[in-house]
Amino acid sequence: MNKITQDIETVLKQIPDGAHIMTSGFGLAGQPIELIEALIDIGPKDLTIINNNAASGDRGLTNLLLSGLVKKMICSFPRANNSKVFEELYKAGKVELELVPQGNLACRIQAAGAGLGAIFTPTGFGTKIAEGKETRHINGKDYVLEYPIHADYALIYGKQADQWGNLTYRKAARNFGPLMAKAAKITIAQVHEIVELGDLDPEIIVTPGIFVQHVVKVGDIK
Amino acid sequence: MTIQKRTREQIVEKVAQDIPTSSFVNLGIGLPTRVAGYLKPEQDIILHSENGVLGFSALTNPEQADDDLINAGKELVSMLDGGSFMNSADSFDIMRGGHLDFCIMGAFQVAVNGDLANWHTGALDAVPAVGGAMDLAVGARCVYVCMEHVTKNGEPRIVEELTYPITGKNCVDRIYTDLCIIELKANQAWVVEMVDGLSFEELQQQTGCKLLDGRSTEKLKVSV
Repeated sequence: MNKITQDIETVLKQIPDGAHIMTSGFGLAGQPIELIEALIDIGPKDLTIINNNAASGDRGLTNLLLSGLVKKMICSFPRANNSKVFEELYKAGKVELELVPQGNLACRIQAAGAGLGAIFTPTGFGTKIAEGKETRHINGKDYVLEYPIHADYALIYGKQADQWGNLTYRKAARNFGPLMAKAAKITIAQVHEIVELGDLDPEIIVTPGIFVQHVVKVGDIK
Repeated sequence: MTIQKRTREQIVEKVAQDIPTSSFVNLGIGLPTRVAGYLKPEQDIILHSENGVLGFSALTNPEQADDDLINAGKELVSMLDGGSFMNSADSFDIMRGGHLDFCIMGAFQVAVNGDLANWHTGALDAVPAVGGAMDLAVGARCVYVCMEHVTKNGEPRIVEELTYPITGKNCVDRIYTDLCIIELKANQAWVVEMVDGLSFEELQQQTGCKLLDGRSTEKLKVSV
């Protein structure tokens, strides 16, 4: 089994218009910037992007938003000190927003990867976020019914990978990567380093390769 | 005597002094992030950040700055010995699962019953952004708010009932402002400390709910 590709363009060309794509990252930390920018060149339209934030800085998701390929963002915190791009597009009615509290975003993505039908979460109860949603009182606490967030593709950022697709991460760049890898039908990981099978101690593998379909080394993304 | 208002730095310094030793603490973005700068090593506080970092400090050595090592406010930080990384689901389990002792957040408004508003002004043209605020509100065992006592227009931020969209119900335990410290207990607002030069009546005038004077009583303690 060998999931490492030198031809990421062919892989990314499979992404259809209207795809739901998860991208890891908290701001720029853990964002698969090179994969996102390669996707812009290919140009699938009407995308729904699931990411914790929207535009940050002047790379990656910011450029994807500027490219006009994004129809909708599902995120928890679309404001940023270092980019007004999302704000301007949103106010101009050029991109839709579904705001999800960050912990709900994490556990709804996790629920998708875990094959759960829904979750009851206390977060957001009694707020605008929960308007119109089913609630339940369980053991003295109030919960809101939230559904899993699935995706067609996940683009994630890892540190090391082997040919089975086993992944390690770097510091706080881990964030949503391991969750998104499980929630998407096809997961593509960009990594800093490819290592031989057996070089990664099984104890330190964070995402087992079964959740990853394609691996590309950052330097191999054109 | 003129009113000796606390500066924003003095507000967060006060918060830092009041966090019990050996607590797990999450600092919200904005003003609360600055609490980190006033924590003393002997307080033995372990900081958690929503992006999956536990056990860090403000950046100690600029040469070790790493773009993959940031806090919730996207500032570069340093790991302490014993620190750890986790994915976002584990990170929010820390809050929602009730493992976090304290959370310090900023706010637009706080109601006397502890309701918190800090994610949306309600303005139609505003871009709403919630981040981890709702999870912290329901999950942290103890929520402290630090904010200015009134808005730029002089409107009270501590109110009988919220007029801004709610973040979490009955979650705020204490409020630190430029004028005072207020403890919220059983739908009552107890003033436990006030700055010099301010009368209780003047403080009441700048507050949207009834205040009770808790200064002479034994200092109220928040149970964790």
